Amino acid sequence: MDERTKYWRPAEPKPSYEVVIVGGGGHGLSTAYYLAKNHGITDVCVVEKGWLAGGNMARNTTIIRSNYLWDESAAIYEHSLKLWEGLEEELGADLQFSQRGVMNLAHDLGDVRSSVRRVEANRLNGVDAEWLTPEDVQAFCPIVNVSPDVRYPVLGATLQRRGGVARHDKVAWGYATAASNLGVDIVEHSEVTGFVRGTGGRVEGVETTRGTIRANRTALVAAGHTSVLAAMVGLRLPLQSHPLQALVSALYEPILDCVVMSNAVHVYVSQADKGELVMGAGIDAYNGYAQRGSFHVIEHQMAAALELFPIFEYASLLRTWAGIVDVCPDASPIVGPTPIDGLFLNCGWGTGGFKATPGSGWAFAELIATGASELARPYGLERFMTGALIDEHGAAAVAH
Amino acid sequence: MLLVRCPWCGPRDEIEFRYGGQAGLTYPADPEALSDEEWADYLFMRDNPKGPFRERWFHAAGCRRWFNAVRDTGTHRFVATYRLDEEPPV
Repeated sequence: MDERTKYWRPAEPKPSYEVVIVGGGGHGLSTAYYLAKNHGITDVCVVEKGWLAGGNMARNTTIIRSNYLWDESAAIYEHSLKLWEGLEEELGADLQFSQRGVMNLAHDLGDVRSSVRRVEANRLNGVDAEWLTPEDVQAFCPIVNVSPDVRYPVLGATLQRRGGVARHDKVAWGYATAASNLGVDIVEHSEVTGFVRGTGGRVEGVETTRGTIRANRTALVAAGHTSVLAAMVGLRLPLQSHPLQALVSALYEPILDCVVMSNAVHVYVSQADKGELVMGAGIDAYNGYAQRGSFHVIEHQMAAALELFPIFEYASLLRTWAGIVDVCPDASPIVGPTPIDGLFLNCGWGTGGFKATPGSGWAFAELIATGASELARPYGLERFMTGALIDEHGAAAVAH
Repeated sequence: MLLVRCPWCGPRDEIEFRYGGQAGLTYPADPEALSDEEWADYLFMRDNPKGPFRERWFHAAGCRRWFNAVRDTGTHRFVATYRLDEEPPV
């Protein structure tokens, strides 16, 4: 038996559904699950061009936190974190969800000021947040170098104790299995090649490499490839797709029991249960769909990591990879309807989508099912016309 | 690592350059006449193709001049680089 068929039911696409979701990654699968679970819409098909959760869901650094500055962000990311806290029980799956704490380091006065501001903003929004002095930082994570004579001295840090990590593929399998059990069809290796257009240009489903699938509502949840799909219906979006690189070291004894992020020096680190150090970088500057980046980005990231963690000096690099992240000008996602009837959009999660997997699916399902979602409302495309941007560049505790 | 051919300096390592995003965007001739939708289009909407893409590069650690490129975003391979006063190659 295929190892994965223990989880979800392999499906052949039917000719039509109530909802077709384009993209079988974390957000697409959670959208399908909450459509079925929260709204009783089970006539749903998830089409995925590759294998399930083989895109950014397999390529991220699994960090979960909700310590965003702005109210709109705090609302959706904190809702997501609350869902994470009950998710293993809800899905009946071990997700290796570990609230080991996420620490965001501050290296200069500007960092300190914006970090303290963010701690206060988080608290006002009911998000747990603490400010740590360099001594507190060392107590919380003894291997961080807090000596003052380094290029980027640690002047303090914010700490979200409820933040942490989860096992990315188990999250996807958990949602896929639960959605499948509720009647959702998951169709892998089915690439969307076009859209079915009806009266007045209404989108009424998708053309795929496995045939036409008609649907009353079509939902794009395709991350880095969203612009490519949107171009098929003449929709131009405020998105640019970039490679985002990450890497793992060889396996080591447990040495790091929290998540450490640094905005200024562009590195974020945790240690997987197996023992690899998992590290992420900033995006490569250029647009790219090739799922690889330039090595100087890795070198820059390693220089930062070694200054912060001198103990990593002899660690060896095991492998590097890249995902394709779709970035909005304000570093916030787009979750909303489109100017085209029948077509909904969930994209632009950029460098931080994994943590939002439950909340994104929850809000998007609500929007598709009922036509409105309070969590998603600020994230519509119209914010680029009204100017009501949600500027999380630099404010979101990490560089984008 | 990309090898970028500056039209003036020749092929140089990517770390000498800064990326400038989509090329060929022009400031509106009559900005006050623009609707909110047209402003949004100018400020925020961008082409994002998987394939040939016209983009700007800046040789920051070289001649410090801007130039344009056509690069395939699916492979990251440069099709051509050309000066700002040159027409894009076909």
